[in-house]
Amino acid sequence: MTRPVTSTGHDPDPVPGGARTLGLRVFPLFAAGHWRVVERNFLLYRRAWKVFLTGMLEPVLYLLSIGVGVGGLVGDFTLADGGAVSYVEFVAPAMLAASAMNGALFDATYGIFFRMKYEKLYDAMLATPLRPRDIARGEITWALLRGACYSAAFIVVMVAMGLVRSWWMVLALPATMLIGFAFAGAGMALTTWMRSWQDFEFVSLAIMPMFLFSATFYPISTYPDPVEAVVRWTPLYQGVVLCREMSLGALGWDALVAVVYLAVMGSVGMYVASRRIGRLLLK
Amino acid sequence: MMISARGLRKSYGGIEAVKGIDVEVSAGEAFGFLGPNGAGKSSTMRMIAAVSPVDAGSLEILGMDPATHGSEIRARLGVCPQEDSLDNELSVMENLVVYGRYFGLSRAEASSRAKEQLAFVQLTERAKSRVEDLSGGMKRRLSVARSLINQPDVLLLDEPTTGLDPQARHQLWDRLFRLKQQGVTLVLTTHYMDEAEQLCDRLVIMDNGVIVAAGSPLELIAAHSTREVTELRFGVGDNESMAEKVADLADRVEVLPDRLLLYTDDGEQASQAVHDRELHPVSSLVRRATLEDVFLRLTGRTLVD
Ligand SMILES: Nc1ncnc2c1ncn2[C@@H]1O[C@H](COP(=O)(O)OP(=O)(O)OP(=O)(O)O)[C@@H](O)[C@H]1O
Ligand SMILES: [Mg+2]
Repeated sequence: MTRPVTSTGHDPDPVPGGARTLGLRVFPLFAAGHWRVVERNFLLYRRAWKVFLTGMLEPVLYLLSIGVGVGGLVGDFTLADGGAVSYVEFVAPAMLAASAMNGALFDATYGIFFRMKYEKLYDAMLATPLRPRDIARGEITWALLRGACYSAAFIVVMVAMGLVRSWWMVLALPATMLIGFAFAGAGMALTTWMRSWQDFEFVSLAIMPMFLFSATFYPISTYPDPVEAVVRWTPLYQGVVLCREMSLGALGWDALVAVVYLAVMGSVGMYVASRRIGRLLLK
Repeated sequence: MMISARGLRKSYGGIEAVKGIDVEVSAGEAFGFLGPNGAGKSSTMRMIAAVSPVDAGSLEILGMDPATHGSEIRARLGVCPQEDSLDNELSVMENLVVYGRYFGLSRAEASSRAKEQLAFVQLTERAKSRVEDLSGGMKRRLSVARSLINQPDVLLLDEPTTGLDPQARHQLWDRLFRLKQQGVTLVLTTHYMDEAEQLCDRLVIMDNGVIVAAGSPLELIAAHSTREVTELRFGVGDNESMAEKVADLADRVEVLPDRLLLYTDDGEQASQAVHDRELHPVSSLVRRATLEDVFLRLTGRTLVD
Protein backbone atom coordinates (compact mmCIF):
# COMPACT_ATOMS: atom_id res chain seq x y z
CA MET A 1 0.00 0.00 0.00
CA THR A 2 1.39 3.43 -0.86
CA ARG A 3 0.68 6.44 1.24
CA PRO A 4 0.19 9.53 -0.85
CA VAL A 5 1.51 12.69 0.73
CA THR A 6 -1.12 14.88 -0.84
CA SER A 7 -4.77 14.16 -0.35
CA THR A 8 -5.51 13.28 -3.94
CA GLY A 9 -8.58 11.22 -4.53
CA HIS A 10 -10.73 13.36 -2.29
CA ASP A 11 -14.02 14.78 -3.39
CA PRO A 12 -14.29 18.49 -3.97
CA ASP A 13 -17.02 18.56 -1.34
CA PRO A 14 -15.27 18.22 1.96
CA VAL A 15 -16.20 15.77 4.68
CA PRO A 16 -17.50 17.30 7.89
CA GLY A 17 -14.09 16.95 9.46
CA GLY A 18 -12.40 18.92 6.71
CA ALA A 19 -12.17 22.64 6.36
CA ARG A 20 -15.67 24.04 6.04
CA THR A 21 -16.32 26.95 3.80
CA LEU A 22 -18.72 29.75 4.61
CA GLY A 23 -21.15 28.37 2.05
CA LEU A 24 -21.34 25.08 3.87
CA ARG A 25 -21.89 26.77 7.19
CA VAL A 26 -24.79 28.76 5.82
CA PHE A 27 -26.34 25.92 3.82
CA PRO A 28 -25.56 22.81 5.82
CA LEU A 29 -27.92 20.86 3.55
CA PHE A 30 -25.21 20.87 0.91
CA ALA A 31 -22.48 19.70 3.26
CA ALA A 32 -21.27 16.28 2.26
CA GLY A 33 -21.60 14.33 5.48
CA HIS A 34 -25.24 13.43 5.48
CA TRP A 35 -25.31 12.66 1.76
CA ARG A 36 -22.94 9.77 2.48
CA VAL A 37 -25.63 8.33 4.70
CA VAL A 38 -28.21 8.85 1.95
CA GLU A 39 -25.88 7.19 -0.52
CA ARG A 40 -25.49 4.15 1.70
CA ASN A 41 -29.25 3.71 1.86
CA PHE A 42 -29.57 4.22 -1.86
CA LEU A 43 -27.10 1.39 -2.48
CA LEU A 44 -29.23 -0.86 -0.33
CA TYR A 45 -32.52 -0.01 -2.01
CA ARG A 46 -31.13 -0.35 -5.50
CA ARG A 47 -31.32 -4.08 -4.86
CA ALA A 48 -34.67 -3.94 -3.13
CA TRP A 49 -36.59 -2.18 -5.89
CA LYS A 50 -39.40 -4.72 -5.64
CA VAL A 51 -40.10 -3.62 -2.09
CA PHE A 52 -40.06 -0.12 -3.45
CA LEU A 53 -42.75 -0.90 -6.01
CA THR A 54 -45.10 -2.58 -3.57
CA GLY A 55 -44.69 0.41 -1.27
CA MET A 56 -46.00 2.59 -4.08
CA LEU A 57 -48.95 0.33 -4.73
CA GLU A 58 -50.35 0.29 -1.22
CA PRO A 59 -51.79 3.82 -0.97
CA VAL A 60 -53.22 3.50 -4.47
CA LEU A 61 -55.12 0.39 -3.38
CA TYR A 62 -56.48 2.32 -0.40
CA LEU A 63 -57.63 5.06 -2.73
CA LEU A 64 -59.43 2.62 -4.97
CA SER A 65 -61.07 0.79 -2.11
CA ILE A 66 -62.20 3.68 0.05
CA GLY A 67 -62.35 6.51 -2.42
CA VAL A 68 -64.01 4.76 -5.31
CA GLY A 69 -65.71 1.94 -3.42
CA VAL A 70 -67.07 3.82 -0.44
CA GLY A 71 -67.39 6.98 -2.51
CA GLY A 72 -69.92 5.19 -4.72
CA LEU A 73 -72.20 4.80 -1.73
CA VAL A 74 -71.68 8.24 -0.23
CA GLY A 75 -72.10 10.50 -3.21
CA ASP A 76 -71.10 14.19 -3.45
CA PHE A 77 -71.19 16.57 -0.54
CA THR A 78 -70.93 20.26 0.10
CA LEU A 79 -67.89 21.92 1.66
CA ALA A 80 -67.93 24.74 4.19
CA ASP A 81 -67.41 27.29 1.40
CA GLY A 82 -70.42 26.02 -0.48
CA GLY A 83 -68.62 24.12 -3.27
CA ALA A 84 -69.49 20.51 -4.00
CA VAL A 85 -66.93 17.71 -4.27
CA SER A 86 -67.20 14.02 -4.86
CA TYR A 87 -66.17 11.82 -1.95
CA VAL A 88 -63.17 10.43 -3.78
CA GLU A 89 -61.94 13.95 -4.56
CA PHE A 90 -62.28 14.76 -0.90
CA VAL A 91 -60.55 11.70 0.42
CA ALA A 92 -57.66 11.36 -2.09
CA PRO A 93 -55.51 14.27 -0.80
CA ALA A 94 -55.99 13.01 2.75
CA MET A 95 -54.73 9.60 1.65
CA LEU A 96 -51.75 11.32 0.11
CA ALA A 97 -50.95 13.09 3.37
CA ALA A 98 -51.50 9.95 5.43
CA SER A 99 -49.27 7.84 3.24
CA ALA A 100 -46.50 10.46 3.47
CA MET A 101 -46.87 10.24 7.25
CA ASN A 102 -46.83 6.46 7.36
CA GLY A 103 -43.86 6.09 5.05
CA ALA A 104 -41.75 8.58 6.97
CA LEU A 105 -42.71 7.08 10.31
CA PHE A 106 -41.89 3.57 9.21
CA ASP A 107 -38.40 4.56 8.09
CA ALA A 108 -37.75 6.76 11.08
CA THR A 109 -39.01 4.41 13.79
CA TYR A 110 -38.59 0.72 12.95
CA GLY A 111 -35.83 1.35 10.45
CA ILE A 112 -33.78 3.56 12.72
CA PHE A 113 -34.30 1.39 15.79
CA PHE A 114 -33.10 -1.68 13.91
CA ARG A 115 -30.00 0.07 12.65
CA MET A 116 -29.19 1.70 15.94
CA LYS A 117 -29.80 -1.14 18.37
CA TYR A 118 -29.24 -4.28 16.35
CA GLU A 119 -27.08 -3.48 13.37
CA LYS A 120 -24.87 -1.04 15.30
CA LEU A 121 -24.68 0.86 12.05
CA TYR A 122 -24.37 4.24 13.68
CA ASP A 123 -21.56 3.12 15.94
CA ALA A 124 -19.59 2.32 12.81
CA MET A 125 -20.51 5.63 11.19
CA LEU A 126 -19.50 7.58 14.27
CA ALA A 127 -16.01 6.10 14.13
CA THR A 128 -15.55 8.09 10.91
CA PRO A 129 -15.68 11.87 10.50
CA LEU A 130 -19.48 11.65 10.41
CA ARG A 131 -21.25 13.22 13.37
CA PRO A 132 -24.59 12.49 15.01
CA ARG A 133 -26.23 15.33 13.13
CA ASP A 134 -25.03 13.91 9.81
CA ILE A 135 -26.73 10.66 10.71
CA ALA A 136 -29.99 12.34 11.71
CA ARG A 137 -29.99 14.57 8.65
CA GLY A 138 -28.98 11.75 6.36
CA GLU A 139 -31.62 9.31 7.52
CA ILE A 140 -34.33 11.96 7.41
CA THR A 141 -33.25 13.13 3.96
CA TRP A 142 -33.40 9.55 2.79
CA ALA A 143 -36.89 9.09 4.24
CA LEU A 144 -37.98 12.24 2.39
CA LEU A 145 -36.54 11.18 -0.93
CA ARG A 146 -38.07 7.76 -0.70
CA GLY A 147 -41.39 9.24 0.40
CA ALA A 148 -41.26 11.72 -2.50
CA CYS A 149 -41.13 8.84 -5.00
CA TYR A 150 -44.24 7.30 -3.43
CA SER A 151 -46.06 10.61 -3.31
CA ALA A 152 -45.21 11.41 -6.91
CA ALA A 153 -46.66 8.08 -8.01
CA PHE A 154 -49.79 8.73 -5.99
CA ILE A 155 -50.19 12.23 -7.40
CA VAL A 156 -49.90 10.86 -10.93
CA VAL A 157 -52.67 8.38 -10.14
CA MET A 158 -54.81 11.21 -8.75
CA VAL A 159 -54.31 13.27 -11.89
CA ALA A 160 -55.03 10.29 -14.11
CA MET A 161 -58.26 9.64 -12.23
CA GLY A 162 -59.29 13.27 -12.70
CA LEU A 163 -59.30 14.00 -8.98
CA VAL A 164 -57.19 17.13 -9.16
CA ARG A 165 -58.85 20.50 -9.74
CA SER A 166 -55.98 22.93 -9.45
CA TRP A 167 -52.47 23.64 -10.68
CA TRP A 168 -51.59 24.21 -7.04
CA MET A 169 -51.24 20.46 -7.01
CA VAL A 170 -47.68 20.76 -8.29
CA LEU A 171 -46.88 22.01 -4.79
CA ALA A 172 -48.39 18.89 -3.27
CA LEU A 173 -45.11 17.05 -3.78
CA PRO A 174 -43.07 19.44 -1.63
CA ALA A 175 -46.01 19.49 0.76
CA THR A 176 -45.83 15.73 1.24
CA MET A 177 -42.10 16.04 1.77
CA LEU A 178 -42.79 18.55 4.49
CA ILE A 179 -45.24 16.13 6.09
CA GLY A 180 -42.57 13.44 5.80
CA PHE A 181 -40.02 15.75 7.36
CA ALA A 182 -42.27 16.48 10.33
CA PHE A 183 -43.03 12.84 11.04
CA ALA A 184 -39.54 11.53 10.25
CA GLY A 185 -37.99 14.08 12.60
CA ALA A 186 -40.44 13.44 15.40
CA GLY A 187 -40.36 9.68 14.84
CA MET A 188 -36.59 9.50 14.89
CA ALA A 189 -36.43 11.58 18.04
CA LEU A 190 -38.97 9.33 19.77
CA THR A 191 -37.15 6.22 18.60
CA THR A 192 -34.08 7.20 20.57
CA TRP A 193 -36.14 6.65 23.72
CA MET A 194 -37.44 3.24 22.69
CA ARG A 195 -36.12 0.36 24.74
CA SER A 196 -37.61 -2.55 22.86
CA TRP A 197 -39.92 -3.36 19.98
CA GLN A 198 -42.86 -3.34 22.40
CA ASP A 199 -42.45 0.40 22.88
CA PHE A 200 -43.47 0.90 19.28
CA GLU A 201 -47.00 -0.04 20.28
CA PHE A 202 -47.25 3.48 21.68
CA VAL A 203 -46.50 4.90 18.26
CA SER A 204 -49.25 2.79 16.69
CA LEU A 205 -51.52 3.81 19.51
CA ALA A 206 -51.01 7.46 18.60
CA ILE A 207 -51.02 7.05 14.83
CA MET A 208 -54.05 4.84 14.33
CA PRO A 209 -56.65 7.21 15.85
CA MET A 210 -54.94 10.15 14.20
CA PHE A 211 -55.21 8.41 10.84
CA LEU A 212 -58.89 7.67 11.35
CA PHE A 213 -60.07 10.89 12.95
CA SER A 214 -57.97 13.76 11.50
CA ALA A 215 -60.65 14.79 9.02
CA THR A 216 -59.24 12.19 6.71
CA PHE A 217 -62.51 10.48 5.80
CA TYR A 218 -65.02 13.24 6.56
CA PRO A 219 -64.92 17.02 7.10
CA ILE A 220 -63.78 18.36 10.45
CA SER A 221 -67.09 20.23 10.76
CA THR A 222 -68.66 16.87 11.64
CA TYR A 223 -67.22 17.20 15.15
CA PRO A 224 -68.67 19.17 18.05
CA ASP A 225 -66.58 22.29 18.69
CA PRO A 226 -64.37 21.08 21.58
CA VAL A 227 -63.37 17.95 19.64
CA GLU A 228 -62.76 19.97 16.52
CA ALA A 229 -60.40 22.25 18.45
CA VAL A 230 -58.31 19.25 19.44
CA VAL A 231 -58.29 17.56 16.04
CA ARG A 232 -57.31 20.82 14.37
CA TRP A 233 -53.92 20.68 16.09
CA THR A 234 -52.90 17.14 15.27
CA PRO A 235 -49.97 17.10 12.85
CA LEU A 236 -51.81 14.86 10.41
CA TYR A 237 -54.73 17.27 10.24
CA GLN A 238 -52.25 20.00 9.31
CA GLY A 239 -50.88 17.79 6.57
CA VAL A 240 -54.33 16.86 5.31
CA VAL A 241 -55.36 20.52 5.14
CA LEU A 242 -52.25 21.34 3.15
CA CYS A 243 -52.78 18.59 0.58
CA ARG A 244 -56.52 19.08 0.32
CA GLU A 245 -56.30 22.80 -0.26
CA MET A 246 -53.75 22.26 -2.99
CA SER A 247 -55.76 19.57 -4.67
CA LEU A 248 -59.01 21.51 -4.58
CA GLY A 249 -57.31 24.82 -5.32
CA ALA A 250 -58.75 26.52 -2.23
CA LEU A 251 -55.59 27.84 -0.65
CA GLY A 252 -55.97 29.85 2.55
CA TRP A 253 -54.07 30.94 5.63
CA ASP A 254 -54.59 27.46 6.98
CA ALA A 255 -52.00 26.23 4.54
CA LEU A 256 -49.40 28.68 5.78
CA VAL A 257 -50.06 27.69 9.37
CA ALA A 258 -49.64 24.07 8.35
CA VAL A 259 -46.31 24.77 6.65
CA VAL A 260 -44.93 26.50 9.70
CA TYR A 261 -46.33 23.85 12.05
CA LEU A 262 -44.81 20.96 10.09
CA ALA A 263 -41.47 22.68 9.52
CA VAL A 264 -41.07 23.41 13.22
CA MET A 265 -42.08 19.88 14.17
CA GLY A 266 -39.53 18.38 11.78
CA SER A 267 -36.70 20.72 12.77
CA VAL A 268 -37.20 20.20 16.48
CA GLY A 269 -37.42 16.44 15.94
CA MET A 270 -34.26 16.34 13.88
CA TYR A 271 -32.37 18.43 16.39
CA VAL A 272 -33.49 16.30 19.31
CA ALA A 273 -32.71 13.12 17.37
CA SER A 274 -29.14 14.16 16.64
CA ARG A 275 -28.56 15.24 20.24
CA ARG A 276 -29.95 11.97 21.51
CA ILE A 277 -27.91 9.85 19.11
CA GLY A 278 -24.81 11.62 20.36
CA ARG A 279 -25.81 11.02 23.96
CA LEU A 280 -26.64 7.37 23.42
CA LEU A 281 -23.79 6.25 21.22
CA LEU A 282 -20.91 8.51 22.17
CA LYS A 283 -20.62 7.42 25.77
CA MET B 1 3.35 12.96 20.20
CA MET B 2 0.41 11.18 18.54
CA ILE B 3 -1.47 10.39 21.73
CA SER B 4 -0.99 12.00 25.07
CA ALA B 5 -3.17 11.22 28.08
CA ARG B 6 -2.83 12.46 31.64
CA GLY B 7 -4.91 11.26 34.54
CA LEU B 8 -7.46 9.83 32.12
CA ARG B 9 -10.66 8.62 33.77
CA LYS B 10 -13.87 7.02 32.61
CA SER B 11 -16.84 5.67 34.49
CA TYR B 12 -20.17 4.22 33.45
CA GLY B 13 -22.81 4.87 36.05
CA GLY B 14 -21.18 3.65 39.22
CA ILE B 15 -18.49 1.54 37.55
CA GLU B 16 -15.07 3.14 37.24
CA ALA B 17 -13.60 1.56 34.12
CA VAL B 18 -10.48 3.72 33.82
CA LYS B 19 -9.07 5.20 37.00
CA GLY B 20 -6.55 7.82 36.01
CA ILE B 21 -3.98 6.56 33.53
CA ASP B 22 -1.07 8.33 31.84
CA VAL B 23 -0.19 7.22 28.32
CA GLU B 24 2.06 8.71 25.68
CA VAL B 25 2.43 7.27 22.21
CA SER B 26 4.84 8.83 19.76
CA ALA B 27 4.71 8.78 15.98
CA GLY B 28 5.60 5.49 14.33
CA GLU B 29 5.46 3.54 17.54
CA ALA B 30 3.60 0.29 18.13
CA PHE B 31 1.94 0.53 21.48
CA GLY B 32 0.00 -2.12 23.34
CA PHE B 33 -2.56 -2.36 26.12
CA LEU B 34 -2.38 -5.72 27.79
CA GLY B 35 -4.77 -6.83 30.47
CA PRO B 36 -7.47 -9.25 31.56
CA ASN B 37 -11.22 -8.91 30.90
CA GLY B 38 -12.65 -5.73 32.31
CA ALA B 39 -9.26 -4.05 32.76
CA GLY B 40 -10.47 -0.96 30.92
CA LYS B 41 -8.64 -1.49 27.62
CA SER B 42 -11.62 -0.97 25.35
CA SER B 43 -12.85 1.98 27.37
CA THR B 44 -9.47 3.60 26.89
CA MET B 45 -9.41 2.76 23.19
CA ARG B 46 -12.82 4.32 22.68
CA MET B 47 -11.70 7.54 24.31
CA ILE B 48 -8.65 7.58 22.04
CA ALA B 49 -10.90 6.91 19.04
CA ALA B 50 -12.78 10.11 19.91
CA VAL B 51 -16.09 8.31 20.32
CA SER B 52 -16.26 8.37 24.11
CA PRO B 53 -16.03 11.57 26.11
CA VAL B 54 -13.34 11.79 28.75
CA ASP B 55 -14.67 12.09 32.31
CA ALA B 56 -11.55 13.59 33.84
CA GLY B 57 -7.93 14.19 32.98
CA SER B 58 -6.61 15.40 29.67
CA LEU B 59 -6.39 13.69 26.32
CA GLU B 60 -4.80 14.87 23.12
CA ILE B 61 -4.85 12.91 19.89
CA LEU B 62 -2.80 14.10 16.91
CA GLY B 63 -2.39 17.34 18.84
CA MET B 64 -6.13 17.90 19.03
CA ASP B 65 -8.73 17.73 21.76
CA PRO B 66 -11.34 15.03 21.03
CA ALA B 67 -14.03 17.05 22.79
CA THR B 68 -13.81 19.83 20.24
CA HIS B 69 -12.17 18.23 17.18
CA GLY B 70 -13.64 14.73 17.20
CA SER B 71 -14.48 14.72 13.53
CA GLU B 72 -11.05 15.98 12.45
CA ILE B 73 -9.32 13.42 14.65
CA ARG B 74 -11.45 10.54 13.41
CA ALA B 75 -10.67 11.49 9.82
CA ARG B 76 -7.07 10.44 10.45
CA LEU B 77 -7.69 7.36 12.59
CA GLY B 78 -8.33 3.79 11.56
CA VAL B 79 -10.44 1.90 14.07
CA CYS B 80 -11.04 -1.80 14.38
CA PRO B 81 -13.42 -2.16 17.33
CA GLN B 82 -13.49 -5.19 19.59
CA GLU B 83 -16.91 -6.18 18.29
CA ASP B 84 -17.28 -6.12 14.53
CA SER B 85 -19.59 -3.30 13.48
CA LEU B 86 -19.79 -4.27 9.84
CA ASP B 87 -22.76 -3.22 7.74
CA ASN B 88 -24.76 -6.43 7.48
CA GLU B 89 -27.11 -4.97 4.90
CA LEU B 90 -24.29 -4.45 2.40
CA SER B 91 -21.94 -6.83 0.59
CA VAL B 92 -18.29 -7.28 1.53
CA MET B 93 -17.07 -4.96 -1.22
CA GLU B 94 -19.78 -2.38 -0.55
CA ASN B 95 -18.80 -2.33 3.10
CA LEU B 96 -15.36 -1.05 2.19
CA VAL B 97 -16.46 1.36 -0.53
CA VAL B 98 -19.22 2.91 1.57
CA TYR B 99 -16.88 3.25 4.51
CA GLY B 100 -14.38 5.02 2.29
CA ARG B 101 -17.15 7.36 1.23
CA TYR B 102 -17.84 8.23 4.88
CA PHE B 103 -14.28 9.51 4.94
CA GLY B 104 -14.94 11.66 1.90
CA LEU B 105 -13.04 9.55 -0.63
CA SER B 106 -14.19 9.83 -4.22
CA ARG B 107 -16.05 6.80 -5.55
CA ALA B 108 -13.17 5.79 -7.80
CA GLU B 109 -10.61 6.10 -5.03
CA ALA B 110 -12.81 4.27 -2.56
CA SER B 111 -13.29 1.31 -4.87
CA SER B 112 -9.67 1.04 -5.86
CA ARG B 113 -8.61 1.06 -2.22
CA ALA B 114 -11.35 -1.39 -1.39
CA LYS B 115 -10.04 -3.85 -3.96
CA GLU B 116 -6.53 -3.45 -2.63
CA GLN B 117 -7.64 -4.11 0.95
CA LEU B 118 -9.76 -7.09 -0.03
CA ALA B 119 -6.82 -8.67 -1.78
CA PHE B 120 -4.70 -8.14 1.27
CA VAL B 121 -7.09 -9.82 3.68
CA GLN B 122 -7.70 -12.49 1.05
CA LEU B 123 -11.39 -11.91 0.68
CA THR B 124 -11.37 -11.03 -3.02
CA GLU B 125 -13.40 -14.10 -3.94
CA ARG B 126 -15.97 -13.12 -1.34
CA ALA B 127 -16.34 -9.54 -2.58
CA LYS B 128 -19.99 -10.05 -3.48
CA SER B 129 -20.95 -12.13 -0.43
CA ARG B 130 -23.25 -10.81 2.20
CA VAL B 131 -21.38 -10.01 5.39
CA GLU B 132 -23.67 -12.33 7.31
CA ASP B 133 -22.41 -15.27 5.29
CA LEU B 134 -18.78 -14.76 6.31
CA SER B 135 -17.16 -16.78 9.08
CA GLY B 136 -16.18 -15.03 12.29
CA GLY B 137 -12.52 -14.85 11.29
CA MET B 138 -13.38 -13.47 7.85
CA LYS B 139 -15.50 -10.76 9.43
CA ARG B 140 -12.57 -9.87 11.64
CA ARG B 141 -10.32 -9.60 8.60
CA LEU B 142 -12.87 -7.43 6.86
CA SER B 143 -12.98 -5.16 9.91
CA VAL B 144 -9.23 -4.76 9.74
CA ALA B 145 -9.40 -4.02 6.01
CA ARG B 146 -12.11 -1.45 6.63
CA SER B 147 -10.04 0.32 9.27
CA LEU B 148 -7.31 0.89 6.69
CA ILE B 149 -9.50 2.36 3.96
CA ASN B 150 -8.67 5.97 4.86
CA GLN B 151 -4.92 5.28 5.09
CA PRO B 152 -4.85 6.35 8.72
CA ASP B 153 -1.97 7.95 10.57
CA VAL B 154 -2.91 6.08 13.70
CA LEU B 155 -4.42 2.62 13.66
CA LEU B 156 -6.41 1.53 16.72
CA LEU B 157 -6.95 -2.21 16.95
CA ASP B 158 -9.00 -3.63 19.80
CA GLU B 159 -8.13 -7.32 19.97
CA PRO B 160 -7.48 -7.56 16.25
CA THR B 161 -6.62 -11.25 16.14
CA THR B 162 -9.30 -12.67 18.41
CA GLY B 163 -11.03 -15.38 16.43
CA LEU B 164 -8.38 -15.64 13.73
CA ASP B 165 -6.75 -18.93 12.87
CA PRO B 166 -2.98 -19.08 13.37
CA GLN B 167 -2.24 -18.50 9.70
CA ALA B 168 -4.48 -15.46 9.42
CA ARG B 169 -3.03 -14.21 12.66
CA HIS B 170 0.53 -14.34 11.39
CA GLN B 171 -0.49 -12.70 8.15
CA LEU B 172 -2.06 -9.85 10.06
CA TRP B 173 1.03 -9.45 12.22
CA ASP B 174 3.12 -9.28 9.10
CA ARG B 175 0.82 -6.68 7.62
CA LEU B 176 0.84 -4.59 10.78
CA PHE B 177 4.58 -4.82 10.84
CA ARG B 178 4.77 -3.43 7.32
CA LEU B 179 2.36 -0.63 8.15
CA LYS B 180 4.57 0.27 11.04
CA GLN B 181 7.56 0.44 8.74
CA GLN B 182 5.62 2.87 6.58
CA GLY B 183 5.30 5.09 9.60
CA VAL B 184 1.80 4.27 10.79
CA THR B 185 1.39 4.48 14.53
CA LEU B 186 -0.20 1.32 15.93
CA VAL B 187 -2.16 1.07 19.15
CA LEU B 188 -3.57 -2.31 20.00
CA THR B 189 -5.06 -4.25 22.85
CA THR B 190 -4.63 -7.94 23.31
CA HIS B 191 -4.83 -10.83 25.70
CA TYR B 192 -2.07 -12.63 23.89
CA MET B 193 1.41 -12.36 25.27
CA ASP B 194 3.07 -13.51 22.09
CA GLU B 195 1.18 -10.89 20.12
CA ALA B 196 2.27 -8.16 22.49
CA GLU B 197 5.87 -9.37 22.42
CA GLN B 198 5.88 -9.64 18.63
CA LEU B 199 4.25 -6.37 17.77
CA CYS B 200 4.71 -3.85 20.53
CA ASP B 201 7.66 -1.56 20.99
CA ARG B 202 6.16 -0.50 24.24
CA LEU B 203 3.20 -1.61 26.23
CA VAL B 204 1.33 -1.05 29.42
CA ILE B 205 -0.22 -3.73 31.56
CA MET B 206 -3.62 -2.67 32.81
CA ASP B 207 -5.58 -4.20 35.60
CA ASN B 208 -8.75 -2.90 37.15
CA GLY B 209 -8.58 0.45 35.42
CA VAL B 210 -5.03 1.30 36.33
CA ILE B 211 -1.64 0.79 34.70
CA VAL B 212 0.40 -1.62 36.78
CA ALA B 213 3.53 -1.61 34.63
CA ALA B 214 4.90 0.03 31.50
CA GLY B 215 7.89 -0.52 29.23
CA SER B 216 9.16 -2.58 26.34
CA PRO B 217 8.47 -6.32 26.56
CA LEU B 218 12.10 -7.02 27.44
CA GLU B 219 12.26 -4.27 30.03
CA LEU B 220 9.13 -5.53 31.68
CA ILE B 221 10.45 -9.07 31.86
CA ALA B 222 13.80 -7.90 33.18
CA ALA B 223 12.16 -5.70 35.80
CA HIS B 224 9.47 -8.05 37.06
CA SER B 225 10.65 -11.56 36.41
CA THR B 226 13.69 -13.76 36.40
CA ARG B 227 15.18 -14.81 33.10
CA GLU B 228 13.88 -18.37 33.19
CA VAL B 229 11.01 -20.29 34.65
CA THR B 230 10.77 -23.93 35.62
CA GLU B 231 7.26 -25.31 35.46
CA LEU B 232 6.52 -28.33 37.62
CA ARG B 233 3.33 -30.33 37.51
CA PHE B 234 2.54 -32.59 40.40
CA GLY B 235 -0.72 -34.47 40.82
CA VAL B 236 -3.85 -32.42 41.30
CA GLY B 237 -3.95 -31.10 44.88
CA ASP B 238 -0.28 -31.80 45.53
CA ASN B 239 1.06 -28.57 44.10
CA GLU B 240 0.38 -26.56 47.26
CA SER B 241 2.29 -28.89 49.57
CA MET B 242 5.15 -29.35 47.15
CA ALA B 243 5.66 -25.61 46.96
CA GLU B 244 7.20 -25.59 50.44
CA LYS B 245 9.66 -28.31 49.52
CA VAL B 246 11.05 -26.41 46.57
CA ALA B 247 10.75 -22.86 47.92
CA ASP B 248 14.49 -22.53 48.51
CA LEU B 249 15.40 -23.58 44.97
CA ALA B 250 14.18 -20.39 43.29
CA ASP B 251 13.93 -16.65 43.80
CA ARG B 252 10.19 -17.01 43.97
CA VAL B 253 7.61 -19.76 43.63
CA GLU B 254 4.09 -19.24 42.27
CA VAL B 255 1.41 -21.82 42.94
CA LEU B 256 -1.17 -22.22 40.20
CA PRO B 257 -4.02 -24.72 40.37
CA ASP B 258 -2.33 -27.04 37.91
CA ARG B 259 1.38 -26.31 38.32
CA LEU B 260 4.20 -24.65 40.21
CA LEU B 261 6.32 -21.92 38.68
CA LEU B 262 9.89 -21.60 39.90
CA TYR B 263 11.41 -18.24 39.04
CA THR B 264 15.14 -18.51 38.68
CA ASP B 265 17.88 -17.36 36.36
CA ASP B 266 18.96 -20.94 35.77
CA GLY B 267 15.92 -23.10 35.17
CA GLU B 268 17.87 -26.25 34.27
CA GLN B 269 19.66 -26.15 37.58
CA ALA B 270 16.43 -25.78 39.51
CA SER B 271 14.91 -28.64 37.57
CA GLN B 272 17.92 -30.83 38.40
CA ALA B 273 17.72 -29.88 42.07
CA VAL B 274 14.05 -30.90 42.18
CA HIS B 275 15.05 -34.20 40.66
CA ASP B 276 17.85 -34.67 43.19
CA ARG B 277 15.35 -34.29 46.01
CA GLU B 278 13.38 -37.14 44.46
CA LEU B 279 10.17 -35.14 44.30
CA HIS B 280 9.17 -36.65 40.93
CA PRO B 281 6.87 -34.14 39.28
CA VAL B 282 4.56 -35.57 36.60
CA SER B 283 6.25 -33.22 34.21
CA SER B 284 8.84 -30.51 34.34
CA LEU B 285 9.68 -27.88 31.77
CA VAL B 286 12.15 -25.04 31.54
CA ARG B 287 11.24 -21.95 29.52
CA ARG B 288 12.12 -18.31 29.13
CA ALA B 289 10.10 -15.83 31.14
CA THR B 290 7.29 -14.09 29.24
CA LEU B 291 4.93 -11.22 29.78
CA GLU B 292 2.53 -13.72 31.26
CA ASP B 293 4.94 -14.09 34.17
CA VAL B 294 5.17 -10.36 34.52
CA PHE B 295 1.42 -10.14 34.66
CA LEU B 296 1.19 -12.92 37.21
CA ARG B 297 3.76 -11.22 39.35
CA LEU B 298 2.02 -7.87 39.25
CA THR B 299 -1.56 -8.95 39.68
CA GLY B 300 -1.35 -12.38 41.25
CA ARG B 301 -3.51 -13.75 38.44
CA THR B 302 -3.00 -15.41 35.11
CA LEU B 303 -4.11 -13.51 32.06
CA VAL B 304 -5.47 -16.34 29.97
CA ASP B 305 -6.13 -19.78 31.37
N1 LIG C 1 -20.96 0.90 27.86
C1 LIG C 1 -20.71 0.47 29.10
N2 LIG C 1 -21.65 0.59 30.06
C2 LIG C 1 -21.42 0.17 31.31
N3 LIG C 1 -20.27 -0.38 31.72
C3 LIG C 1 -19.29 -0.52 30.82
C4 LIG C 1 -19.45 -0.11 29.46
N4 LIG C 1 -18.32 -0.38 28.80
C5 LIG C 1 -17.48 -0.93 29.69
N5 LIG C 1 -18.05 -1.03 30.91
C6 LIG C 1 -17.42 -1.56 32.13
O1 LIG C 1 -16.14 -1.01 32.25
C7 LIG C 1 -15.21 -1.97 32.68
C8 LIG C 1 -14.07 -2.05 31.68
O2 LIG C 1 -14.56 -2.56 30.47
P1 LIG C 1 -13.67 -2.61 29.14
O3 LIG C 1 -14.57 -3.04 28.06
O4 LIG C 1 -12.97 -1.33 28.98
O5 LIG C 1 -12.63 -3.76 29.50
P2 LIG C 1 -11.59 -4.51 28.57
O6 LIG C 1 -10.27 -4.35 29.22
O7 LIG C 1 -11.72 -4.07 27.19
O8 LIG C 1 -12.07 -6.02 28.72
P3 LIG C 1 -12.10 -7.20 27.63
O9 LIG C 1 -10.76 -7.82 27.65
O10 LIG C 1 -13.12 -8.13 28.17
O11 LIG C 1 -12.48 -6.62 26.32
C9 LIG C 1 -15.98 -3.27 32.84
O12 LIG C 1 -16.29 -3.42 34.20
C10 LIG C 1 -17.23 -3.05 32.04
O13 LIG C 1 -18.31 -3.73 32.61
MG1 LIG D 1 -12.19 -4.92 25.46
